[in-house]
Amino acid sequence: MLINVNMTINGKAVSGQVEARTLLVEFIRDHQRLTGTHVGCDTTQCGCCTVHVDGKAVKSCTMLAVQASGKSVLTIEGLAAADGTLHPVQEAFREHHGLQCGFCTPGMVMVGVDICRRHPNADEHTVRLELEGNICRCTGYQGIVEAIMDASAKMAGGKA
Amino acid sequence: MENFGYHTPTSVADAAKLLDANEDAKLMSGGMTLLPTLKQRLAAPSDLIDLAKVPDIKGVCRDGDEVVIGAMTTHAEVHENALVRELIPGLASLAGQIGDPAVRHRGTIGGSCANADPAADYPAGTVGLGATFVTNKRKIAADDFFVSLFETALEPGEIVVGVRFPIPVWSHYQKLRHPASGYAVVGVFVAQTKAGVRVAVTGAGPSAFRMSAMEEALAKNFSVKAIEGITVDADDLNNDIHASAAYRAHVVTVLAKRAVAAR
Repeated sequence: MLINVNMTINGKAVSGQVEARTLLVEFIRDHQRLTGTHVGCDTTQCGCCTVHVDGKAVKSCTMLAVQASGKSVLTIEGLAAADGTLHPVQEAFREHHGLQCGFCTPGMVMVGVDICRRHPNADEHTVRLELEGNICRCTGYQGIVEAIMDASAKMAGGKA
Repeated sequence: MENFGYHTPTSVADAAKLLDANEDAKLMSGGMTLLPTLKQRLAAPSDLIDLAKVPDIKGVCRDGDEVVIGAMTTHAEVHENALVRELIPGLASLAGQIGDPAVRHRGTIGGSCANADPAADYPAGTVGLGATFVTNKRKIAADDFFVSLFETALEPGEIVVGVRFPIPVWSHYQKLRHPASGYAVVGVFVAQTKAGVRVAVTGAGPSAFRMSAMEEALAKNFSVKAIEGITVDADDLNNDIHASAAYRAHVVTVLAKRAVAAR
């Protein structure tokens, strides 16, 4: 049996028919063809699939599409401005070389935005604790932590 | 995962009716344990009854000498709630140590307690504070709620709607966090309450339990010295690849001492 879902993704109203068991990340990637959101572990651990639902970072591999019906979803594709200007967190990842292979990056950036919103001028300890649910297996965390700290300071200072 | 019927009742009574009508149905709150369990096909319920659209079982309020937390209140909400931070900071701290930030945005106090994972954090907080679980049918003291491994006193068709916490004089949670999963290898919650000192342990045994020897010693003399000689019997403790029973027994005393030292 298929269920109708309606939600806003990156500001655009979308609808579709899904099975109850369809994951939010499957709806985003396979139904909406927004493949910036990645699936790493599929077990709620790695954070590659992090998106925002009603403004809060969640792991879209551990939420059903039907649970997101009626809600507002933000994915990595919706972060930059319409003219292509990067979000301050994206810009900081570029500046601080916060990525190497890029697989974890969409999740890292989305959780980074969530961290910056909740912790203005976040210090290194806070950022490292907050990255508990996001795993990078290639470049290491140094550049990622520096990027989020920098973006957090810039966003708090209203410079971005 | 296998497919299932999906329901979003808008009252506790409707949720209970759905539960009674479907023997193989499961309630879902945040889904942070249930959905991974379904993915691994460790469970295949016929129906999921999602409590997300039930009003009045979410949020925090004060009722006299108690703080009342709705079952669908997320860990992040408990962690950040001003009332919890002011009146039971030990509980706010505990909620902020569960899982990771994204999990805390979805997982709920009612779901975590009803699941009764032996390594979950809330069992220590609810037992340690002498909380009372409120269901659609009755009230259950936290001391009687956690029965064994993933087993609670909840009967079929019974739904946790909230948890009532007596406001303590002081409380503190200490946890040895598993570095990969974030679950408690051992967690110890110590509280000075109007009814006396309580020491509750999670992670170490099949379900949360109280350390009455420590409670008695701390009631006479609330100091680290009072409990440093109290050893824990390892016989009934968990023994797995993460830690031996003897190690867990040792860590219970270490964490209890750290909690008391934080006073």
